[in-house]
Amino acid sequence: MAEFFNYLLDCGAYALSGGRWSVAPDNLFGVVVTALVQVIILLHVIAVGALIFIWLERKVAGRIQDRLGPTRVGGKFGWLQTLADGIKLITKEDLMPAGADGFLFKAAPYVSMAAALAAYFALPFAGSPLPFVAQQLNVAAFFIVAVLGLEVFGVILAGYSSASKWALFGSMREAAQVVSYEVPLGLCAVVPVMLAGSMDLVVVGDTQRGLFTNWYLFHDPFTFVVFWVYFTCGTASVNRAPFDLAEAESELVAGFHTEYSGLRWSFFFMAEYGSMFTVSMLAAILFLGGWHGPLPVTEWLGMQADGWLEYSTSPGIAAYLCNLIGMTNVVLKAGLLVTVMMWARWTLPRLRIDQVMTTCLKYCTPIAAVMFVGAAVWQAALPRGLMLRTPLANIAASEPWQRGAEPVVQTSGIAVDKEAR
Amino acid sequence: MPATIDDPRIIEFDVRTEEMLVNMGPQHPSTHGVLRLVLRTDGEIVSEVTPHIGYLHRCAEKIGENLTPRQWIPYTDRMDYLAGMNMNLGWSLCVEKLLKYELPERGRHLRVIIAELGRMASHLVGMGAYGLDLGTFSPFLYAFRERERILDLFEEACGARLTYSYLTVGGATADLPHGWTDKCLAFLDQFEPVIAEYHTLLTTNAIFVKRTAKIGILSPEMAIDYGCSGPVTRGSGIDFDLRRDGEPIYTSMYEGYQFEVICERNGHYPNDHAYPAVPREAVLGDCWHRFYVRMLEVVQSIGLIRQAIENYHRSSGSHGEPIKLNQKLPKGEAYLETEAPRGQMGFGIVSRGEAIPWRVRARSSSFSNLAVCPELCRGCLIADVPAVVGSLDVVMGEIDR
Repeated sequence: MAEFFNYLLDCGAYALSGGRWSVAPDNLFGVVVTALVQVIILLHVIAVGALIFIWLERKVAGRIQDRLGPTRVGGKFGWLQTLADGIKLITKEDLMPAGADGFLFKAAPYVSMAAALAAYFALPFAGSPLPFVAQQLNVAAFFIVAVLGLEVFGVILAGYSSASKWALFGSMREAAQVVSYEVPLGLCAVVPVMLAGSMDLVVVGDTQRGLFTNWYLFHDPFTFVVFWVYFTCGTASVNRAPFDLAEAESELVAGFHTEYSGLRWSFFFMAEYGSMFTVSMLAAILFLGGWHGPLPVTEWLGMQADGWLEYSTSPGIAAYLCNLIGMTNVVLKAGLLVTVMMWARWTLPRLRIDQVMTTCLKYCTPIAAVMFVGAAVWQAALPRGLMLRTPLANIAASEPWQRGAEPVVQTSGIAVDKEAR
Repeated sequence: MPATIDDPRIIEFDVRTEEMLVNMGPQHPSTHGVLRLVLRTDGEIVSEVTPHIGYLHRCAEKIGENLTPRQWIPYTDRMDYLAGMNMNLGWSLCVEKLLKYELPERGRHLRVIIAELGRMASHLVGMGAYGLDLGTFSPFLYAFRERERILDLFEEACGARLTYSYLTVGGATADLPHGWTDKCLAFLDQFEPVIAEYHTLLTTNAIFVKRTAKIGILSPEMAIDYGCSGPVTRGSGIDFDLRRDGEPIYTSMYEGYQFEVICERNGHYPNDHAYPAVPREAVLGDCWHRFYVRMLEVVQSIGLIRQAIENYHRSSGSHGEPIKLNQKLPKGEAYLETEAPRGQMGFGIVSRGEAIPWRVRARSSSFSNLAVCPELCRGCLIADVPAVVGSLDVVMGEIDR
């Protein structure tokens, strides 16, 4: 996309100067404009995603609790209820307690929001033939796990600066919680990375192409366990019940966001839903085959044949279609996991802080470590797995990451580019 | 600075954190109204809990000394506002004891139906709110869904949904409407199988058990010393229920009824064949047992109502004629405790021969139950405080009166 903007600039410069000025394709201008466009698209993904997920949460909660949920705003299903709530939040007074540390208090929601947003940069929505990702990083898995940890700083800042004891309790709990779940979460994320041989999420996703038996969830018994450990820790990492200790309503009033109101409060909320989706997306990509459906329909139709991969000249319409299907797949998988999180939230009581730490450190960490070793041994002893795994011919012929990765890194964000146009 | 520290206590002294006083309530989501708890905490560990009450004090007793007994009935509704019917009943029976009034047979059975329905409604709120205290929202709504149907029945009987003033001195303000008992039975038939679902949702839920078992253990001795009553003491294994062990004027109401006092005897609850067994972690007298006792009492109430409806239809006579509003009371005094959902609710009356009593007294069960709270919460975590207070199931309207 950067080339495209520089090409436009080049045309303008050429016309203005009568052919004397020219702009190189790697000019900074194009890079900056590309980044801006991508940021705006991602912001909308998060905002609309939060809109949909909050609506979904209300509906799921309603159904679980034997009621209807929103039914009025925006037609029969209350689609626009979240938007109405958003308008309400924007019009609310932005309060700050008298004793609060003003700068930190105001900055905290943005820290959370920025961290939740940053994770989306490396989150691929579709892999082959065209990686649909803002910035394909070769350390994407590491980056996302690291950035998710940053969100905690917003929470801790909020609690620290609120001048409220409840908020302080909430943030201290969050601090205690983060050191407990980060370790097993990282250990679990490492297992598919090890199996794929790359931290690049596009590669991790693409190595699971084919039948659903190729998903890392079904790779071996160890990864199957790891997925559930990951999901548990992921739930803990986004402060969802039964791990919502930082905002435990019945104990800490509202925890770290007790003193927040209006838009600042909604930033915390959006960050929560944003990272909830990130964690679920990561689970979908690492364990559930990412953008590959349970049945490789696109491959059967030949849409992913080698010819289609020649995107650098002219990506065919089938490649885009393939991407669209892949994106639907991964979003549906992540949405399913998000729904499971909601289901858990509206069913289970909350754990106590010491129990959360026990669960994460005493159970999840050793399990994840053992499963990591087990998966490594399995991979070494049975690289093709048992009968469950049905490797397709083209995987054996040429490893996908050897084909796709290199040019993609150079022309980053090409997929978002097409979408933006 | 010394290179080595020989005395390990020095390190401990160095890292000791400052104690913090935290005000939980009166505006706090889990303090059941307007209870205020002052917590002295060291981090998450609570070293001391001090309950402060009085935010809902409405001088009910003093008002009672300026009204005739029947006029005071609406004020009793507002004591334990989750079990208004049982409050009505307690006061009515107390005045009837003073009047030496004999209630007709039909009125007696009517009172059993209404009182047990009130107990069910109250325990349902207790169950749902306890889930809320532990951070799960859905059981609360399930409980309210069932309670709603009880309130519908009450509304049909007396026109009110919260402050009924239905049972009154001398009987009830009106007989049950035609077809009411069928609706009541239909509700019971629908409700009884649902209880098993509540048990899977809460009672046997692993997290629920983790949060409640071995938390806030109340020994039987301490329960008696503090004057606790109701499910709180029965959760500690004390086999005492005023419906069976109370004064004759109250126990005669339950004469001929088959029901069991719910408490653990020899490690077993009366009907644990039908409902989940006590988990291994649970210790007699902890939060889990108090919760479980309430759940089982609801089942007993269902059985009682079924019997009472049968008896009600068989019996003759009226539902009882309320006494005149300004009826003169005989000289003397009476005090009666009844088994309200939260424990022994006592009402006392002293009359000097006028229509308006000279002294009125209400003995709150929640007040004594709350008094053990500082003992139970000593050394627990902040998250356990709502768990303990919720398991005591106090209603501030009754404590403050």
